Amino acid sequence: MKKIVLVATFASVMALSACKKEAPAEIPPPPQNIVTPTPTPPPPPQGPIPGTQAHFAREMAGRDTIYFDTDMFNVDAEDQVALRQQATYLQQYSNIRATIEGHADERGTREYNIALGERRATAAKNYLVSLGVPADRLSVVSYGKERPVAVGSNEQAWARNRRAVTIVLN
Amino acid sequence: MALRTILLAAGLCLVAVPVAAQDAAPPLEVPEVEEEGLSGSVTDDSAWQDLGIAIPAFATNRETATPANAQGTGALGVELGRVVFNDLRNNGLFRPVGPDALPRPGYPEITAPAWGTWQGRSAEMLVQGYVRAGDDGRLTVGCYLYDVQLQQELVREGWVIAPAEWRRAAHKCADMVYSRLSGESPFFDSRIAYIAETGPKDNRVKRLAIMDSDGANHRFITNGQSSALTPRYSPDYSRIAYVSYQNGYARIYVYEIDSGRQTLVTQSQNPTFAPRWSPDGRTILYSMAVAGNTDIYRVPATGGTPQRLTDGPGIDVGGSYSPDGSRIVFESDRSGSQQIYVMDAGGGNQRRISFFGGRSATPEWSPRGDQIAFTHIAGDLRVAVMTPSGGGMRHLTSSWQDEAPTWAPNGRIVQFFRTARNSGETSIWQVDLTGRNERRLNTPVGASDPAWGPVLP
Repeated sequence: MKKIVLVATFASVMALSACKKEAPAEIPPPPQNIVTPTPTPPPPPQGPIPGTQAHFAREMAGRDTIYFDTDMFNVDAEDQVALRQQATYLQQYSNIRATIEGHADERGTREYNIALGERRATAAKNYLVSLGVPADRLSVVSYGKERPVAVGSNEQAWARNRRAVTIVLN
Repeated sequence: MALRTILLAAGLCLVAVPVAAQDAAPPLEVPEVEEEGLSGSVTDDSAWQDLGIAIPAFATNRETATPANAQGTGALGVELGRVVFNDLRNNGLFRPVGPDALPRPGYPEITAPAWGTWQGRSAEMLVQGYVRAGDDGRLTVGCYLYDVQLQQELVREGWVIAPAEWRRAAHKCADMVYSRLSGESPFFDSRIAYIAETGPKDNRVKRLAIMDSDGANHRFITNGQSSALTPRYSPDYSRIAYVSYQNGYARIYVYEIDSGRQTLVTQSQNPTFAPRWSPDGRTILYSMAVAGNTDIYRVPATGGTPQRLTDGPGIDVGGSYSPDGSRIVFESDRSGSQQIYVMDAGGGNQRRISFFGGRSATPEWSPRGDQIAFTHIAGDLRVAVMTPSGGGMRHLTSSWQDEAPTWAPNGRIVQFFRTARNSGETSIWQVDLTGRNERRLNTPVGASDPAWGPVLP
C-alpha cells in the first residue's frame, strides 16, 4: 500500500497544477440536441457524437467505472483493463478533458470518506497518466459517501458504490 | 410586595442580562444534590430519577398580547413552562412534571408558593415563574427554584428580553435549575448548526441549517442547490465554517450569519474539508487533499498563510482542540486504518491514543477536557468516549450507524447523527454520558452533522 501511495503522490503532484474549476458534467446531453457542424448532409449518425460523455459511456460499456475493496484504493488487474480502455479513448479524442469522480460506500464517516474518494479518484487518474493521458486533461473530485449509485445497505450495494467514475467533460 | 421588589430590580437590567438574586438566599443544604452531582466522568443517575420537579405555567400580572404570543402573556406563561419542562426531562437527572399536568399558580403565589399544594403532589422541587409585558415592548421573565420540603427558595433569576427571544428566557431558567441541582455548568441556552437532508438516498439535498438546542427557531441557511456538509459554529456564534460543493468541488466556506457573506477559508485548487475552530475562535483547522494525500492545516480565521500540521502518506483528517487550545486530537490512517491521535497545537508530538480494535474516527474533545467522544467502527458505527490518554473507552450508543459526536457546552451530553439502514434517513440524537438517556431531536426534515455551539453570550 505504501508503494502505491508514493507513486500516487508523485504522479499527482505533477498533475496538481492542472486542476480546473469546471463543475463535473452531471447529465450527458441528449445527442439529438447537439448541432452537428457537418456542412453536407451525410446519413445522420445514429447514437452519440464521438468525444462526448454519452459516446464515451457507451463505448466503455461499464468500463468507465472501476471498483475498490473496503478502505482500499489500489488499481487491480480488472481496473487496469478498464483504465486502459479509457486511456485509449482519451488518446483517440485528444481534445477532450475528463474528470474522475471518487466515491466511498456509506459504512464510513463522512470526512474520511471524502479523503478516501479523493485518494481513489487520484489513483485512477495516476494510472491513466502512466498510460500516456496528459495530466492536464484530467481532474478529480471526491463525493465521499454523498452520491451512492446503489441505494441498498448490503455488501453488493456497497461494492458498487466504492468506485471511481471517469466522466468526459464536453 | 416581595415580587414588586424583584420586578423593580429586574427592570434595571439590560436585554437578556441575568438578574442576580437580590436577596442573598440563606445557605441551604440541598439534600444529596452536591454529593450526587455529576462530578466524575461516569454518572450514576439512579438516585436522581426520583427527584420530582413541578414546573407549572408561568404566571402573569396582566394579560397582554405581545409579539411573543398573540393570545397574551397568560398563554406565553404556559409555553415558558413547557420549554423548561422539556429541557429538564429526558436528561436522566430529573423527573419533571410540566404545566399541562399541574394547577396554575396565580401571580402572587410566584414568590409565596402554596406549599401544601405541591407537597400534596409529592413534588420535591418547584420551579415557578412569571412573565410581564413592559411598556417598552420588552418582556420581563422571572424564574424561581424552591425546595418544597424545606419550603425555601434555592435560587432565582430574571431577564428582560425582546419578545422574539422569549424561549431564551425559558432556557436560562432551565439552565439555572439544572446548574443549581446538578452542580454542572448550564447548556440549554445554546444553538446547533447542522445539515438538513431531504430527498431520496441517491439524490439527497443537503442544506446548512441552524436551530436552538431544543430544535426550536429552526432556520435554513443554504438553498440546497449544492451540497453543504459538516458545519461548525465559531465560538462567538458570528460565523459558521462548512463544506460546500458550490463550485463543483469540496471547499470550506466561512459564512457570516449577520451579513450572509461568505469567504473561502483558503484559496486553493485542492479540496478542503473538515473545518474546526480553535476555542478562541482565532484559528481554523482544515483538512486538504493534495494529489490524493490528505493532511491537516491551520490558518488564521481572518485569513493568512496556512501552516501544515501533519505530513507523510496517509489520510490525516479532522481535528478538535483541547479546551485550553494547547493540543489537537485528530484522525489518521497512517497505521493502516482510521485511528485517533493527539498532537501539540503546532503539530509536534503526534502519537496514537486509540488501541482497542476496530477503527476510530471523528474525535471531539469535551469542553471540560476530560473526555474525547468519537465514532467507533467495528461493523456498526457507534458513538463512544475515552479519556485523552486513550483509556476508559465506553460505547454510549448501539445502533446500526451512529457517527460524528458533538459535545454540549457543559460536556455532559453528546449529540450525534444516526443513519437508518437502507433508507439512509438521518436524524440527530443526543445521549448523556451514561449512555442510558438517549433521545431524538425534533427536526423538520432529516438531519445530520450536528455541531453544538457554546452557551450563548
